[in-house]
Amino acid sequence: MSIRFFSLACLLPLASFTLAFLALPLTRLVLGAASGDDGWGVYWQILQTPRYISALLQTIWISATVTVAALAISTTAALFLQRNRFPGRSLLLSVLTLPLAFPGVVVGFMIILLAGRQGLVNQLTPGHTVFAYSSFGLFLGYLYFSIPRVLLTVMAAAEKIDPALEEAARTLGAPAWRVTWDVLLPALRPALIAAGAIAFATAMGAFGTAFTLATDIDVLPMVIYTEFTLSANFAMASALSVVLGLVTWGLLLTARSLSGGTIAAGG
Amino acid sequence: MTLTLSKVAKTFPDGTRALNPTSLEIAEGEILSLLGPSGCGKTTLLRIIAGLESADAGGTLSFNGEDVTRLPVERRKIGMVFQNYALFPNMSVRGNIGYGLKMAGLPRAAIAARVAEVVALCRLEPYADRAITALSGGQRQRVALARAVAPRPRVLLLDEPLSALDAALRTDLRDELAELLRAVGTTAVFVTHDQDEAMAIADRVAVMSMGNMLQIGAPEALYRRPADAFVARFVGNAMPLGGRIEGDRLLIDGAVLPLAQPAHGTTAWVRGEDIALDDAGPLPATVDAVTFLGTHYRIKLTTTGPAPLFSLHHGHSAPRPGDTVRLSIPPHAILTLPAAA
Amino acid sequence: MRIAKALQLTLTLLACAFLLVPTIQSVLAGVTANYFRGLSSGLTLKWVAEVWSLYSGSIFLSIGLALACLVVTTLIGVPAAYALARRPGRGSRVIEEFVSLPLAIPGLALALALLQLYGSLQGFRAHWSFILVGHVLYTLPFMLRAVLAVLAAIDLRSLEESAATLGAGPWRRFIDVVVPNALPGVLAGGLTVVTLSIGEFNLTWMLHTPFLKTLPVGLADSYASMRLEIASAYTLVFFVMIVPLLMAMQWASSRAQRMFR
Repeated sequence: MSIRFFSLACLLPLASFTLAFLALPLTRLVLGAASGDDGWGVYWQILQTPRYISALLQTIWISATVTVAALAISTTAALFLQRNRFPGRSLLLSVLTLPLAFPGVVVGFMIILLAGRQGLVNQLTPGHTVFAYSSFGLFLGYLYFSIPRVLLTVMAAAEKIDPALEEAARTLGAPAWRVTWDVLLPALRPALIAAGAIAFATAMGAFGTAFTLATDIDVLPMVIYTEFTLSANFAMASALSVVLGLVTWGLLLTARSLSGGTIAAGG
Repeated sequence: MTLTLSKVAKTFPDGTRALNPTSLEIAEGEILSLLGPSGCGKTTLLRIIAGLESADAGGTLSFNGEDVTRLPVERRKIGMVFQNYALFPNMSVRGNIGYGLKMAGLPRAAIAARVAEVVALCRLEPYADRAITALSGGQRQRVALARAVAPRPRVLLLDEPLSALDAALRTDLRDELAELLRAVGTTAVFVTHDQDEAMAIADRVAVMSMGNMLQIGAPEALYRRPADAFVARFVGNAMPLGGRIEGDRLLIDGAVLPLAQPAHGTTAWVRGEDIALDDAGPLPATVDAVTFLGTHYRIKLTTTGPAPLFSLHHGHSAPRPGDTVRLSIPPHAILTLPAAA
Repeated sequence: MRIAKALQLTLTLLACAFLLVPTIQSVLAGVTANYFRGLSSGLTLKWVAEVWSLYSGSIFLSIGLALACLVVTTLIGVPAAYALARRPGRGSRVIEEFVSLPLAIPGLALALALLQLYGSLQGFRAHWSFILVGHVLYTLPFMLRAVLAVLAAIDLRSLEESAATLGAGPWRRFIDVVVPNALPGVLAGGLTVVTLSIGEFNLTWMLHTPFLKTLPVGLADSYASMRLEIASAYTLVFFVMIVPLLMAMQWASSRAQRMFR
């Protein structure tokens, strides 16, 4: 058996699986979107329906604010944990990466425990404070699962920065904040772009959290879900999925060409 | 085993010609070194012999008369020592050495016996059960050699086997390797860019440049009678003298240096150890720099020639930079080589 | 300088509190007799027992799915990573990119795609292997990348060449040299696969049937229809399963990275 043949044989299981369960279904999804009464006009219909447009804008808006907040919080924490060694450091790190493996529904439940009717905030404050099911609750939920993702990306990049760069800036007389601004952040730029893209794309597609919290909020995944299950409008659900998929995939691809690294969302 | 190459050439898919058609015969038990700068095609030639690269159509390669040109590497029964050793990190020293025997389908007891024999030959007894990661560079080199010779290969191929070691260790291991190769007695082809290594280890040296085999011969023959300027320069660092040869005389500006025999139309070259500082010498020069190297001085000289000359000067004192000196070169030490290159 | 550091520490601690407080609440609520009345109502394991009687089927289904997913992703991912690592180049990158598409496209869209193509095949649609397909789709890129990263870090080419000069054919080289040296990557990838499979919700919610509820589907169920204590106890059970896995996964990943730096 030649090595060429063997290599091809090694790819065969992957090729068959990916063809049957990724390539063909995605093709079917794209074609399915055009199988309704309007054909390819379904995309035009999205643009003409205020509910879809506002859902799309709302999703982008929440995802963008979450991205900014997660970048700010996680970069601060990552740099702090990267350059300070103290007892309890690894415990803090574990806590900050804990939600990585939480499904979206669990994240939603965490926000309910925090800000729901029986939640902590409602118990501690005298008034009736329930915001788990508002846009702010959704924002907190997305932030909850974005923090660890951004943190890990930024920390991995911060570890690779040569400490001599900072020392060189110091010897040239730069104060600490200038070192951060002139040396650290530029060196972290690719990681920040990557982490931001991951956070944004994950938030755009987050279903589990929205499923638990967004009973009254129209975010795109929830709209797709209701179109599919309640209205049985398969063509529209497919078309919206295609739009959502293209937006997240395109975004990650752009971010990667900007940052030069490998990026994946997930979750 | 006799190894015969006939018109073996290699063109890479991108069109680069790595090796021009080369024919060569290596005798039973001979140790041949392929010597040349990086990119000269020496490693490509070695990999073709191994079967790791395929030769262009038209070339043939035979082991003892058996055509192996199309035989895949795993069935050629060769042994190879890689530049970075490529020892299997997932196996112990013993596991590495026994791997080829296992592939040959030998029974367990026979494998153990042969491994023990090779371990002893390569003086690896204290390390035989260690992990590869627990070995020093020199030990790894010996394991790589032991692994390659254990299955009694028809030919042993070594790709820069000493280059991964640091300079001090390299000289020690060079002599050790030469002894081991002689003890094993297998036909061997040895790739190196280091002329000292080639000379110390090989019976014959083949000098290569830009995909061509320029000259092949015993180390001494290459040194004394280089075929062209490249070989002279690469083996023993010959330097061009410039000037013009007429009959049996070399004329440099006003100076006249006698030659051993007429060599009209050739160029003149000389090695550093043959340039003597001699007040009565015919060639004037200016001292540019003097480096003291313990056993001798290395003196950089400017003459009217095309490049500075370096003289290896044995003695207890040396001139100072800026001094004007005179040089003499014995007639037999002036190499007269074809004008090309 | 000092103030800046104090601010950074404060923000880090706040972030930790934000992530940790609700998990602690959930753990406490899961073992409190009556959450409304607080801890003073006493600690109990009765909610956990109730969760077990209600949802043990979901828990075992998730464990079974995760193990099946591990087997499938290993069988598909390891040989494929090897083939891609052997021929690095544009073609391999395109394949890797395509296989990683499920990381970029929301699970909901993937699930819709699978449902539209295979939803009418009743035997398949109602079988647990339908959910498995979704899980493999989502976790395969992690296995592939983890193994690829290790194979790219070792000198695969010369290891294979040296095995070949010693008489090993392609299959022996794969078994004797490639797989053993890829093991740290397989371990890291495998733990990631199991962790993600057990927690997968986005695809599973769309693919599951009333008779096939995985752990996270059951969680969503309990959040919607059970009293807070049971939902919390179920979440507690999930934490007990997922947190050790997550820690093992992070340990294995950083180990694989360290080994080949």
